[in-house]
Amino acid sequence: MPWGEFKDTAAERRLFQRRTVVMLVFVILMLGGLLGRMYQLQVVEHEIYTTISDKNRVQVQSVPPPRGLIYDRNGDLLAENRPVFSVTLVPERVDGMDETLNRLGGILDISEQDLERFHRRLQEPRRPFQEIPLRYDLTEQEIARLAVHRHELPGVEVEAELVRYYPHSELTAHVLGYVGRINREELQRIDPVNYAGTNYIGKSGVERFYEQTLHGTVGYQHVETNARGRTLRVLERENPVPGEDLKLHLDLRLQQRAHELLDGRRGAVIAIEPKTGGILALASVPGFDTNKFVTGISVDDYRALSQSKEKPLFNRALRGQYPPGSTLKPMLAIAALDSGAVTRDHTIWDPGYFRLNDGGRLWRDWKRTGHGWVDLKDAVAESCDVYFYEAAIEMGVDTMAGYLSSFGFGEDAALDVSGALSGLLPSREWKRAMHNQPWYPGDSVNLGIGQGFMLATPLQLATATALIANRGTWIEPRLLKDVIGDDEVDDVLPAETHEPLKLKNPDDWEYVVESMAEVMHGVKGTARRAGSDAPYRMAGKTGTAQVFSLAEDEEYDAEEIRERLRDHALFVGFAPVEDPEIVVSVIVENGGSGSGTAAPVARALFDAWLLEFSEGSDSGLVSQATGGAQ
Amino acid sequence: MALKDLVDPAASSPFARSRGIWSALHLDPILLFLLLILVSGGLFVLYSGADRNIEVVKAQGIRLGIAFVVMLVFAQLDPAVFRRWAPWLYAAGLVALAAVLVMGVGAKGAQRWLALPGLPRFQPSEIMKLVVPMMAAWYLSRHFLPPRLSQVAVGLAIVLVPMVMIIQQPDLGTSLLVGMAGLFVVFFAGMSWKLIAAFVAMVSVSAPLMWFFVMREYQKQRVLTLLDPQSDPLGAGWNIIQSKTAIGSGGLDGKGWLQGTQSHLEFLPESHTDFIVAVLAEEFGFVGMLALLLVYFLIILRCLYVAATAQDSFSRLLAGALTMTFFIYIFVNVGMVSGLLPVVGVPLPLVSYGGTSSVTLMAAFGVLMSIHTHRRMISA
Repeated sequence: MPWGEFKDTAAERRLFQRRTVVMLVFVILMLGGLLGRMYQLQVVEHEIYTTISDKNRVQVQSVPPPRGLIYDRNGDLLAENRPVFSVTLVPERVDGMDETLNRLGGILDISEQDLERFHRRLQEPRRPFQEIPLRYDLTEQEIARLAVHRHELPGVEVEAELVRYYPHSELTAHVLGYVGRINREELQRIDPVNYAGTNYIGKSGVERFYEQTLHGTVGYQHVETNARGRTLRVLERENPVPGEDLKLHLDLRLQQRAHELLDGRRGAVIAIEPKTGGILALASVPGFDTNKFVTGISVDDYRALSQSKEKPLFNRALRGQYPPGSTLKPMLAIAALDSGAVTRDHTIWDPGYFRLNDGGRLWRDWKRTGHGWVDLKDAVAESCDVYFYEAAIEMGVDTMAGYLSSFGFGEDAALDVSGALSGLLPSREWKRAMHNQPWYPGDSVNLGIGQGFMLATPLQLATATALIANRGTWIEPRLLKDVIGDDEVDDVLPAETHEPLKLKNPDDWEYVVESMAEVMHGVKGTARRAGSDAPYRMAGKTGTAQVFSLAEDEEYDAEEIRERLRDHALFVGFAPVEDPEIVVSVIVENGGSGSGTAAPVARALFDAWLLEFSEGSDSGLVSQATGGAQ
Repeated sequence: MALKDLVDPAASSPFARSRGIWSALHLDPILLFLLLILVSGGLFVLYSGADRNIEVVKAQGIRLGIAFVVMLVFAQLDPAVFRRWAPWLYAAGLVALAAVLVMGVGAKGAQRWLALPGLPRFQPSEIMKLVVPMMAAWYLSRHFLPPRLSQVAVGLAIVLVPMVMIIQQPDLGTSLLVGMAGLFVVFFAGMSWKLIAAFVAMVSVSAPLMWFFVMREYQKQRVLTLLDPQSDPLGAGWNIIQSKTAIGSGGLDGKGWLQGTQSHLEFLPESHTDFIVAVLAEEFGFVGMLALLLVYFLIILRCLYVAATAQDSFSRLLAGALTMTFFIYIFVNVGMVSGLLPVVGVPLPLVSYGGTSSVTLMAAFGVLMSIHTHRRMISA
């Protein structure tokens, strides 16, 4: 054997020991190197890594402020926030979106609509790591089932969120509007800091107009999160400042009454408190359920609403632009008197028609047989067209347009009503610009009875009527009555801009008001039936607007055509005559005649406001009314 | 305790009385004591690294218990037994490695395990960490040392063949450790410095060739990630960024046991296996790292003393190589976790969660104890 059990020469031993020393030095150097590396990381660069480590675990989350509540004038809640549990997904954290959705489908009841909405949101631009809701309003059982499976589903969370809820959504849809998810355009517009935790924004109505006041100020919390982003504890918190609560002039009872009165029809009602300009009722019928829009309406539901022939989404009160018809006569009466075109003594013979010149075009009175001898008061009370044809020719378009403009036609005079349209106040310049035609005298004749080019919204008609009720004092219509919070009403309500309408003879106001009272109470008043047996005196004017045409793409059957070709019924008025507390404008689409359809609606609202809802002052009203109604 | 006491138990009075018991058990009390400190401290860190999961600690405790039994068994065997069996074990190991390549089982695209009927599942490459240095020591100690060039070449061939087979699995980490174990034998045998220089030069030249022809895509990726972790901070760079953050944020004295945010909030991956040292560094700071490296250094020091005082060349070469392999474990693991080396799957010895490497390591310590306690009377 070349080597034995005890082969161990001294030379070999020394060689090995030298190599061992080399290795020992090597080990010491290398371990020293590791220690140096640790020193570098833990002592020299400690601050850097502490910062990274804290940034890892501590995240600043924005806490959305609770949105301000909205009350009516009596303190009835119109818009509140309800806690809703929803299941949300953070796409960045989900492993396998399809599989996760499938599994969730087995745990929860997820409809096609939910999925469709979810996928739509997934495509939309959003903040990174922002959760996307999949289903709202989880039941307690569903929350419990989800909790069991939660650890198997990364990126899936149950979130409690305050969601806007409108307890009277059908009634208030066209006043309050609604909030909805912030969309692409709004994302450009909003303050990204203050809206960092906010998912909803006012889309229309009061919600839109007072968005800033209702929203509040965002709060922050520093939370410790793990690598999967789950919040473990709150380290520090700065509470959000809740949005301010708003109190509106709106009276829910009157609003509801207006809806009941128009039930089954299409129309609008505006009621204004003339002393304050406060809008007591703003009804556009039919309404719709705004709660569906808050969390995102399904395509089917939206199609049903938008394609309905009743057009529930259409805000008739603010955006419905109708020929005002005879409801314009009181304003034109003021114009005619003040401009000197007619005097109180001026009378005409109404044969039932009117001609500009012999053998020319014939303008008929609504009463084929004519009204006979009429003065201005009779002309308003009986709604004599011929009188106003002549007065219109006498005044000319410039005078008429000037006065009508003073009444707020052709502009959106309301202070805080979002989305109101301006109607159309025609003038020479307008006709030249729009139709490239001169203004013909015949156009003036049409304008004299509120037909032709003229268009006005129910809100504008109510505004102009309120000016008469206030005898020329301008008080712009408004919704906001009070801010329950730090702000004052004046801080958030736009400034009033209109000057009072001063007449050469201020007594002309009383004259025209009396002529409007004749409409309701006179022997020949067009709305005498609606005005009968009232314990107070009221003033009003009926109107009937011709329906010219139907939209070409509308489908209809014969029955419907007959209904849809009927005239729109209009009415404006206020009560009591002496000290008006309520101004009303009513339009009932295809309602036939103003006196038959619209005036009773106004009368019912007068009764409700003055007799039924008025607290403790019933007796006073009655006595006052009996005193006035000789 | 003076250094002299540490390396020579005979001079230390507490151990002197009980020396008889220790030699009867064929255990080295100093090495055993250091290992117990390391293992028990490691279990505390593991409890934190596993996020207070006591089941993980229990499981690791059982594995370490088994590993200590294996150590005890190996310590009873005479070094001559290892020498006699070395060629046969080596041959069997090569067959097993070949079998792994043909019929191995595993996961994540790597075949590392061999499941033979009637035997528990095992990893042949792990056993080669012991067998390759044994074989190299067996071969080289047959001749007078230092070895001649041809003998060095044969020695290197003994190392390279299993290394290449393990790379094929692929398992770069184990292959590296097996290779280092064998190379250290050749080094301790007295391979001339000129040859060493030539060898180092050859490796440097062949490194680019390795890059293009041998290394797999994921391995290249790890090297690139090491050079610039920020290139893919959420992907390949994530581990290294988070472990450096854990270490660095620990500071001088650490965040406290169980207080590490990087590990407990799950930012640190593999916090109870390969990256456990980052947990220790985060929670016990630089002081903790100093203590850990000191314990490792004392173990290495004791083992090198065992090697230096061994009675024959085979024992010396084997003891020296096993000690240095243990050191390589430490260096590669701590180097990779602290961002000095690319990420290769090397655990922190006797601290990381995992059974296989613990058993192999404790078997190696058993061999060292066997070498230290089976002494021929002739030298006494």
